[in-house]
Amino acid sequence: MATTKSTGLAVRGINKRFGPVNALKEISLDVQEGEFFTLLGPSGCGKTTLLRIIAGLELPDSGKVILGGQDITSLPATRRQVNTVFQSYALFPHLTIFDNVAFGLRARKFPKNEIEGRVGKRLEMLGLLDMAHRRPHQLSGGQQQRVALARALVNEPKVLLLDEPMSALDARLRAQVQVELRRLQRKLGQTFILVTHDQAEAMVVSDRIAVMNQGMIIQFGSPKDVYEQPRTRFVAEFLGAANLLKGRKKHHGLETDIGFLVLEREPKWENGTVAIRPERMHITEDPASVNSTRARVREAIYRGTDLDLWLDPGPLRVRTASNQHYEAGDEIWLELPSEALVILDE
Amino acid sequence: MNELIIWYGELTTPRRLTRRGLKFLGVGMLWILLFLVLPGLVLVAVSFATRGSYGQLEWSFTLENYKRLTGFSVFGWTADYMIILWRSVWVAFVTCLAAVILSYPLCFFICSRPERTRYLWLMLVVIPFWTNMVIRTYAWFLILAPEFPPARIAHFFGFLPPNTPLYPNAFAVYIGMVTIFLPFVALPLYSSVERLDWSLVEAAQDLYASRTRVFLQAILPQTMPGLSVGIILTFVPAMGMFVVPDLLGGAKYMLVGNLIEQQFGASRDWPFGAAVSMALMLLTMVSLYLYRRKHKEMQIV
Repeated sequence: MATTKSTGLAVRGINKRFGPVNALKEISLDVQEGEFFTLLGPSGCGKTTLLRIIAGLELPDSGKVILGGQDITSLPATRRQVNTVFQSYALFPHLTIFDNVAFGLRARKFPKNEIEGRVGKRLEMLGLLDMAHRRPHQLSGGQQQRVALARALVNEPKVLLLDEPMSALDARLRAQVQVELRRLQRKLGQTFILVTHDQAEAMVVSDRIAVMNQGMIIQFGSPKDVYEQPRTRFVAEFLGAANLLKGRKKHHGLETDIGFLVLEREPKWENGTVAIRPERMHITEDPASVNSTRARVREAIYRGTDLDLWLDPGPLRVRTASNQHYEAGDEIWLELPSEALVILDE
Repeated sequence: MNELIIWYGELTTPRRLTRRGLKFLGVGMLWILLFLVLPGLVLVAVSFATRGSYGQLEWSFTLENYKRLTGFSVFGWTADYMIILWRSVWVAFVTCLAAVILSYPLCFFICSRPERTRYLWLMLVVIPFWTNMVIRTYAWFLILAPEFPPARIAHFFGFLPPNTPLYPNAFAVYIGMVTIFLPFVALPLYSSVERLDWSLVEAAQDLYASRTRVFLQAILPQTMPGLSVGIILTFVPAMGMFVVPDLLGGAKYMLVGNLIEQQFGASRDWPFGAAVSMALMLLTMVSLYLYRRKHKEMQIV
């Protein structure tokens, strides 16, 4: 039965329809034990539905969910050793923070002193000990989020599911929580599966990312893999900014609107697209030997950490250090290094 | 007092505001004073008066009515009135409980219907609510008649002699009361169930809760506002209900409402009727107080 040697989670051929909408199409994935795995995709791509199927809150039309070698597809949520941090946190408003965290242990009839010990430990770990006797509405958003995390973790689930847990936090706090979450997962060594639409968040926390679109997984890989080697146009554009260049295959390269580009590999297609990240292009004084083009700055946008230049020709965009000085109308030489040009599948 | 203030965008003075407030409140206050407070006070006074030999009021102060209510009379002590009072509380309680137990599945059923048919189902609850109570009670006469299945089944199992209707008795009173009061619980409860945050239910399931636990911790606290309104709207009038027990219970199942009606009507004993009314009011208030206290405890648990 077990398809992976480890006690991780495996999903096999999941299909799910909601009326006319095909929410999930033949989804298969493996999550290793102790891995921080992220389902990344735009809203409506099916990532939350997949998470709910893993949690047992939704039944797939076909396919299997296997946890630690055991088929749990038809097991209800109540009996799965999987816990969820909900997007809205779903804390019980009538219970104190302590009672909220103790909920899962009490439901499983743990002895009283063990409940107190385990809940206390989690509350301390997440810095919530002072608030144990308050109600959820008396806490800030960030604190509520940590309560939701403590409430799930105290059960020591085999897999912890996180459904966009940071979407309600402001940008500053979110950045901080991302790093904390990453550290926490490393420390506990537990399996985390995160659902998010925020590519920056996925990059920060994940060991591995599955990029989803329209009910399908488009690409698996480490944050570096999916960012640097996007397989499709969707992945290239969804994960950060990308310049897409259409062209026709020619000897050792590609003939495009901005001239001939030397590629490292031979593309499999005749007509297709290559992508290059704005920060991987270089602005040079003189033309480089290959892959160089003349461009005019249409608009310069100062972003603090860097400077974005929108160029003519085409919607080309280059990112440079913010201590550089360029203005609209400046003429520059642009180099597109071969190693930075990614050949997309289609 | 004449300083200028801005009140919801209007430049005015506190004195002018007070005067205007009194003008608006005055009519309502007068109404309540004339038709609720004054008659109430009269009732208190009457409860201490004496019944004349022709049923007229004699203004001699006496505690006799209250003494009689607690069961003392020239013939010694009897528990009759106490039983009637206790029975009224019990019937109101059972009616409430049955209406609540029936309302929960009903509300969840209606909420699970698609939006378009939902109001149709709701209409089915509202129509009896709009129908005259006496008509609905008489309808039970027909349903519980000897020729109809309920009475026949009861007869078949030996609960009933042949060719007798299933009334008047306690069972018929409960059935009648529950049908009358079901919408009073179902409608407020529906408004709570409709707004239910299902993520709490899912969270409870995710945290290994049994069905009972899911209900007690995720559904009950959320539906408490609607449930409370429903319980109060049912319990208070159910305590004083007299049409249903009169028609379906007869002399066999008298409630305090019938007792009061009898005193003011057939017996022409207004002072005793007033005393019973006072007792009913007291009982209702005590019940509500107990309920509120219990309610507060429940929020803590």
